[in-house]
Amino acid sequence: MNVALFIPCYVDQFYPQVGMATVEVLEHFGVKHSFPVEQTCCGQPMANSGYTEQARPLAEKYVDVFDGYDYIVAPSGSCVAMVRHHYSPFFDSNNARASTVRERTMELSEFLVNVLNISCIHGRFAHKVGIHQSCHGLRELRLSPSSESCTERADLLTSLLETLDGISFSTLQRPDECCGFGGTFAVTEEAVSCMMGEDRIHDHLQAETEILTAGDMSCLMHLEGIIRRQQLPIRVMHFAELIAEAIQSVVPVETANKRNHR
Amino acid sequence: MSHPLLAEQFISRRDRAAWHDRSLWFVREKRDRQANDVPEWEELRKFASDIKQHTMSRLPNYLEEFERNAKALGVHVHWAVDGDEHNGIVHSILERHGVKRLVKSKSMLTEECHLNPFLEDRGITVIDTDLGERIVQLRNEPPSHIVLPAIHIRKEEVGACFHEHLGTEQGASDPKYLTEAARHHLREQFLAADAGITGVNFAIAETGGFVVCTNEGNADLGVSLPKLHIACMGIEKLVPRSKDLGVFLRLLARSATGQPITTYTSHFHGPRDGCELHVVLVDNGRSQLLQSPEFRRSLNCIRCGACMNTCPVFRRTGGHSYESTVPGPIGSILAPFRDPDQHTSLPFACSLCGSCTDVCPVKIDLHHQLFAMRSRLDHQQKLGGTKKLTMQLASSVLRHTWFYRLAGRVARYSLRWLPRFLIYNPLNGWGRQRELPSAPEQSFRRMYEDRQRKERP
Repeated sequence: MNVALFIPCYVDQFYPQVGMATVEVLEHFGVKHSFPVEQTCCGQPMANSGYTEQARPLAEKYVDVFDGYDYIVAPSGSCVAMVRHHYSPFFDSNNARASTVRERTMELSEFLVNVLNISCIHGRFAHKVGIHQSCHGLRELRLSPSSESCTERADLLTSLLETLDGISFSTLQRPDECCGFGGTFAVTEEAVSCMMGEDRIHDHLQAETEILTAGDMSCLMHLEGIIRRQQLPIRVMHFAELIAEAIQSVVPVETANKRNHR
Repeated sequence: MSHPLLAEQFISRRDRAAWHDRSLWFVREKRDRQANDVPEWEELRKFASDIKQHTMSRLPNYLEEFERNAKALGVHVHWAVDGDEHNGIVHSILERHGVKRLVKSKSMLTEECHLNPFLEDRGITVIDTDLGERIVQLRNEPPSHIVLPAIHIRKEEVGACFHEHLGTEQGASDPKYLTEAARHHLREQFLAADAGITGVNFAIAETGGFVVCTNEGNADLGVSLPKLHIACMGIEKLVPRSKDLGVFLRLLARSATGQPITTYTSHFHGPRDGCELHVVLVDNGRSQLLQSPEFRRSLNCIRCGACMNTCPVFRRTGGHSYESTVPGPIGSILAPFRDPDQHTSLPFACSLCGSCTDVCPVKIDLHHQLFAMRSRLDHQQKLGGTKKLTMQLASSVLRHTWFYRLAGRVARYSLRWLPRFLIYNPLNGWGRQRELPSAPEQSFRRMYEDRQRKERP
């Protein structure tokens, strides 16, 4: 299986550890991967702001860069949703190359559960974890059931995390309300964006969340920005980092030593 | 003013914004319980969406069928191309009957057409009889929500308003006491009225009848006492058959207020003996919307308000921050479609979370339409300023990998080494209440490269 890593631009630049954790998780499950170095950005910031024409060359670049891989895996529901659901203005529906690249683009938990059929992760993570359901993963990619809908759906991330030893989950008052990031919304509607973020964090504080995790670093960047400014006692981790840490903790001693001496 | 400014004002009274958010979230939770109690909820939504889509695909035929059948029942049917014509028609009917006092049950259409000031300028007293609408009318402000018009007003403020206008005790804020006072006040208005106006929730093509849903019974009282009843409706309110009501009535109240059904669901089929019944069908831009493949699904809206109750932005910024008769997610499509200059900021008053799409009982893909509306505004040359320049610049950088890598390096280096006051400058909207990410020395691609090199020396 020929898997390409699609590491969102802001993760590449500001959260390299999330990309590296993705690599570790994929390797743990025996996935061979490569990182096409020509990749930059899926074009979502431009498209979400209404500038379709500014997003077009980036969408075209994306398809060029990722053409030919069996899967394209990203630690982001939002960027994957952009590629899968919002590239229609840029490509003809009979453009087989673009359609194939779009269909093969997958969010990490989706790839682990639906492609690799992983139902259990051997690992230990003895913390109280609060899951933030990032909206695009939730309501675009349908990676878990949304509270508004009565349609039954699997909860991919929880199904993976709950198999870790020692993990417990916090119970939120509003299980899937938006954090208020929303791309440029975070700046153009700064007041409401920050109020939404604070409300999310307070929900996690009342639920005694130690580790706040999500499938999108963008939501976490916003939430962590508020947490750090207000010096609140919550640590933020992408779920790839969480799984990588959990797996690490049960790696046999000799392997761990070998890794440390590398 | 644009939405962000009005939103900031609303949020500056933080306790109030939080209270507003909680009040509407309470309604959203009631809605969830009701929806979950109906095992076929998602099928009902699908039915409703299909029926509406079908109706819209042959709207002219159904409108003519409705007109024919309504006339056969003895209803006077009028057509208005816009709000002005609508107001003119209503006024001429009232004038003919020498109406001086009018009671009106809730009708967002008459709000849209600004009927009240039009009639008041012509010497007719208009009394809104829905309790929430009466409150905002007495306070001389527009409704802030299409189903809960006074949701932004606290009971103490209602008490003060009633003390001033209805003579209730000063400082009284007990909802039961205030409601009782409003009932007495409204009862007098009903008895003194020469005519009643209602909106229309559903008009039925095959019968020529229509249905009005209220919780207070004010529509019934308002049209049962006077001899003249005028019903005003947008042309999208049509359903083909009576039995379609079985789908929509089950969805409407559950979605709107979390009730299984509205307290009163009144069916009107022709005038009472010795009375007159008029229906005014209003287009006011709806045909244009119908012609737009991208946005026509917005016409499916049954005005339940569920998208407002669930919208995290609406809940925290209040309906008035939208400056549009229909606020919230659906209003942020309808308003800029009609008047892009006036409502440019509305499609951006949204984090694209998609909650509205999932609650919508008629399955309007609201957040995708909001997304598409942003692009439409750009094509109409309505967007501009620094945001556009920034995006153009970003797009040119991101087109070239080398340029992107360079820009990334510069950004990380600056974040690491510039003094804090330069980074957290007044132009940095992100940094007002949030920290920026702490920039790492290396990008992922560098780390990946190193790792691969070590693995395969």
